[in-house]
Amino acid sequence: MKAIISVIGKDTFGILARVSTVCSENFANISDVTQSILQDMFVMVMLVDISHENCDLAHLRGDLNALAEELGMQINIMHEDIFNSMHRI
Amino acid sequence: MHNLGDIMETIRMIQDDNLDIRTITMGISLLDCCDTDIDASCRKVYDKLCRLAGNLVKVGEDISALYGIPIINKRISVTPIAMLCAVSGGDPVKYAKTLDRAADTLGVNFIGGYSALVHKGFSAGDRELIASIPEALSVTEKVCSSVNIGSTKAGINMDAVALMGKAVVKAAELTAERNCIGPAKLVVFCNAPEDNPFMAGAFHGVGEADCVINVGVSGPGVVRAALQKHPDADLNEIADVIKKTAFKITRMGQLVGTEASKRLGVPFGIVDLSLAPTPAVGDSVAHILEEIGLERCGIHGTTACLAMLNDAVKKGGVMASSNVGGLSGAFIPVSEDAGMIRAAREGVLCLEKLEAMTSVCSVGLDMIVIPGDTPADVISAIIADEAAIGMINSKTTAVRVIPAIGKEIGDELEFGGLLGSGPVMKINTQQSPSKFISRGGRIPAPIQALKN
Repeated sequence: MKAIISVIGKDTFGILARVSTVCSENFANISDVTQSILQDMFVMVMLVDISHENCDLAHLRGDLNALAEELGMQINIMHEDIFNSMHRI
Repeated sequence: MHNLGDIMETIRMIQDDNLDIRTITMGISLLDCCDTDIDASCRKVYDKLCRLAGNLVKVGEDISALYGIPIINKRISVTPIAMLCAVSGGDPVKYAKTLDRAADTLGVNFIGGYSALVHKGFSAGDRELIASIPEALSVTEKVCSSVNIGSTKAGINMDAVALMGKAVVKAAELTAERNCIGPAKLVVFCNAPEDNPFMAGAFHGVGEADCVINVGVSGPGVVRAALQKHPDADLNEIADVIKKTAFKITRMGQLVGTEASKRLGVPFGIVDLSLAPTPAVGDSVAHILEEIGLERCGIHGTTACLAMLNDAVKKGGVMASSNVGGLSGAFIPVSEDAGMIRAAREGVLCLEKLEAMTSVCSVGLDMIVIPGDTPADVISAIIADEAAIGMINSKTTAVRVIPAIGKEIGDELEFGGLLGSGPVMKINTQQSPSKFISRGGRIPAPIQALKN
């Protein structure tokens, strides 16, 4: 079971490190990362495996929300199936 | 890895454009709860609802958390209660109270099916149930009622039409101190679908399985946002954009429905791919029409625009789901749609135009506030007009009008929540249709050939 974390906001130091730390604390294994900077806006998308028995999606979402507030960025986590069903036939 | 643009598009749809699953509705047959003793019958109904829908709300919330998609309502639809009344006799309001109690216990938002199907005639229990609707809606919170008074195959039961005009007025009178909420929970149908997950018209048809899960999606805001990116496209392209957007919206409904059905151990029924507006800014069907190029919803050109929108939504949605059903189209409930409310307040959108619009879109005259002193005969005549459009065009039509007791044209009625608010609209009462309505009998079923 995989989820997609998206991070959008003003670029600053250590975003990738902070998000990765939250993931590892929540037993979510990062399988892929893409990021780009568009006109000063940092956009990062992470594919994470959330099937570990100790990984609780609600808890991970809570931690990411707290981090989003701290960094002043927008962080979302959504199940990969949403994107599969919406954009692939 | 997914395309970055696709990911951002999906997130924007949910966060900015109000994309949500409007409802997961569990349809439950109550036919095996019939008993000649009404109290025993009510007990069986309550037990069956609690047994089958015990996990509905939790599963809805779990799926919402798992996928990160808001699921706004969890609802139940049941077998038309008139059928249970036919066996048990007694006061039908007991059933309404039982349904309300079950809805409270289960935590669902609405329960629909306080209904009767009388399109060709009345059988045992039907008249009693119809007579009890105003009281039932006034003593319950979550019970929704509907009556099917016509169909393309049977014609229109004008005796029932006359009764329903009176029922609408009485329902408003009994709930006058609560913003006339009674008739907002009452729909009069022609060609009612048996698998509709949307309230207030949901009931569980007798041709359905014992228990099914139906899903209603929403997303007028998403369609509008997609169209905003094509300010200079011609109408072929506009229709194409709507189709593609409807496809994406419906896929999400299919995903949620499949997952809910798996977790609840209940067969998946249908996705209803309606564009259902809410009073929230940006979640309006009227605004889609205005985005296409009308200065206001309700002016000339509205019917054509709406016809294209409705058709494109169906074309896109049908491919996205294994089973599409229910009402599936664009809803035009006045009080629930910010753009419609504005157009009605300005006097641009009138009842006659709304009637024309209902001939090309799903449902019918929906959530329209009319003067509180409107005679019951006039409401019956509105119902008859609307049913005739449905009957002749082989489509579902319905009437949900709310007489605002003590209010006049231009006043506002505020329901709150998803039901919104609306101005009292002008209706034509200068001359009376009383003679026509009091004749009774049936309008015969229409011929299905010589279509002109």
